[in-house]
Amino acid sequence: MEKIFERPHSLSDFVLSYCPGCTHGVINRLVAEVVDEMGLEGSTIGVCPVGCSVTAYNFFEFDMQEAAHGRAPAVATGIKRVHPDKLVFTYQGDGDLAAIGTAETIHSAARAENISIIFVNNTIYGMTGGQMAPTSLIDQVTQTTPFGRKVENQGYPIHVSEMVSTLKGACYVERVSVDSVPNIRKTKAAIRKAFECQMAGKGFSLVEVLSSCPTNWGMSPVEALERIRTEMMPEFPLGVYKDCTETGGVR
Amino acid sequence: MAKVLMKGNEALAEAAMRCGCRFFFGYPITPQTELAAYMAKKMQKNGGTFLQAESEVAAINMVYGAAGAGARVMTSSSSPGISLKQEGISYIAGADLPCLVVNIVRGGPGLGGIQPAQSDYFQATKGGGHGDYHLLVFAPSSVQELADMTSRAFDKADEYRMPAMIMGDGMLGQMMEPVEFKDPIDPATLPEKPWATTGTGMKRKKNIINSLYLTPEELENLCIEREKRYDKIRAAEALYEEIQTEDADVIIAAYGTIARVAMSAVEAARAKGIKAGLIRPITLWPFPEKVFAKRAETAKCFLSVEMSMGQMVEDVRLSVNGKKPVYFYGRTGGMVPEQDAIVAEIEKCLKNSQAGMNY
Repeated sequence: MEKIFERPHSLSDFVLSYCPGCTHGVINRLVAEVVDEMGLEGSTIGVCPVGCSVTAYNFFEFDMQEAAHGRAPAVATGIKRVHPDKLVFTYQGDGDLAAIGTAETIHSAARAENISIIFVNNTIYGMTGGQMAPTSLIDQVTQTTPFGRKVENQGYPIHVSEMVSTLKGACYVERVSVDSVPNIRKTKAAIRKAFECQMAGKGFSLVEVLSSCPTNWGMSPVEALERIRTEMMPEFPLGVYKDCTETGGVR
Repeated sequence: MAKVLMKGNEALAEAAMRCGCRFFFGYPITPQTELAAYMAKKMQKNGGTFLQAESEVAAINMVYGAAGAGARVMTSSSSPGISLKQEGISYIAGADLPCLVVNIVRGGPGLGGIQPAQSDYFQATKGGGHGDYHLLVFAPSSVQELADMTSRAFDKADEYRMPAMIMGDGMLGQMMEPVEFKDPIDPATLPEKPWATTGTGMKRKKNIINSLYLTPEELENLCIEREKRYDKIRAAEALYEEIQTEDADVIIAAYGTIARVAMSAVEAARAKGIKAGLIRPITLWPFPEKVFAKRAETAKCFLSVEMSMGQMVEDVRLSVNGKKPVYFYGRTGGMVPEQDAIVAEIEKCLKNSQAGMNY
């Protein structure tokens, strides 16, 4: 019988450690599919820092480095400077990228570092049990905002794609979502574009993926996907925030 | 090649490039300034990367990435900056990555000062960051030794797959002395690192650089394996210099810059008829404990002279193990013990040991 669908070669058969209904697994798979389709399995080095994807080095079949909390773009910078011809990407959550690792994120973009960042925004710290993230929405109830995130106490959510797109060193920045099949397909296209941007030497790319966390949001997987549409998208509009890939890049 | 006159900081940078280091990630801080400046000027011409990071934290994590990718890589900083790097150093040790970290020590704690000090001895030799780990710590006392220890530190870091540190201070970094360098080597001739993340090339299984082990048995086993490596290093890699210790009644322990003043103090004491000697640890970890144990059989007492409030003195006491009194004399905060003061301390030590005062 002909095999018409299989696990991407770049994805291992390791059992994913994500909670049921979480969309991290979908995004992991999309990354692996793109690496396969671009024929880069043998020349990819991924970086997974602290967060729900901290053990992603088990999930991918290419070389991986685990990084300290927030430091993935710095680690990726070190790798990329040693192996400029390899695909080097980071896979980071919102607490990692937009709180403890803000400086590394901004400065790797400002340097036009030729790396790609897959930024998974689910508005919460998942692994540690659901604390407020820098992207948590106003009034969002979390373990550390039990009465909801209030402007007077915790201020406003950070808009990473908007912020990074103001930097000259950023070549391609897009916000996508994995709430539906059409959006999953768009996410895959965005990841592919980011990796192509890097392999063409055009500079820094970031794909922000709106993702769900049913466990810490206290919702069913389906309700969680609905929350992405009704609550997250109005705050974090989807779309291309910067694209210099047609003009030869920013390097 | 012929001898050239160079600043310590620059000589270290030159020696690093000559032994195949092509990646430097740093962040500005006094008094290691000339080291990074020299790298910035020369590294690109050598086909390497000099990168000024956004922080010491980022710099050490760039070192982690590059070391994990198989490169001979280094960073340099000074005390407050080294404190910031400790998290990264712990991860580097936990992931068994070789690299060189240079600490041109200044007075502390806090922002402290910018004058020479040795008050980071505990931080360098007793951990610094979290977890069970050690660094190879080299403490040169001349510009020539700075250059020599740089290539040795890189080689030993590779051999044992662990981070190495060179501890200097502002005086050693800024002073100019004649130095002779080894011929440059091609980084391509360095030993291969089959564990590095270089891309599998579809020719091998994937490599993972990691310090996370959620199964306690696995983590304990790795720590035990690392400790066995540390035991080998303790047995094989301790370096020191002994001066006039064979017949010495009082033996000074001093490293780095202050060992040079201590050497003059030994001569001055000898001129006064006092049998003084010096043990100069060149590696601070592993600490050359055996030579102290050996000399404890013949000496009457020891005197640890440091530019700190008394840190290495603890290792001297552990090595002498109660056999003889171990005294301490130090200045700190950027103050440097002077020869006459050390001679006076030597005389005091002898009196105190005869009087049975152990501290």
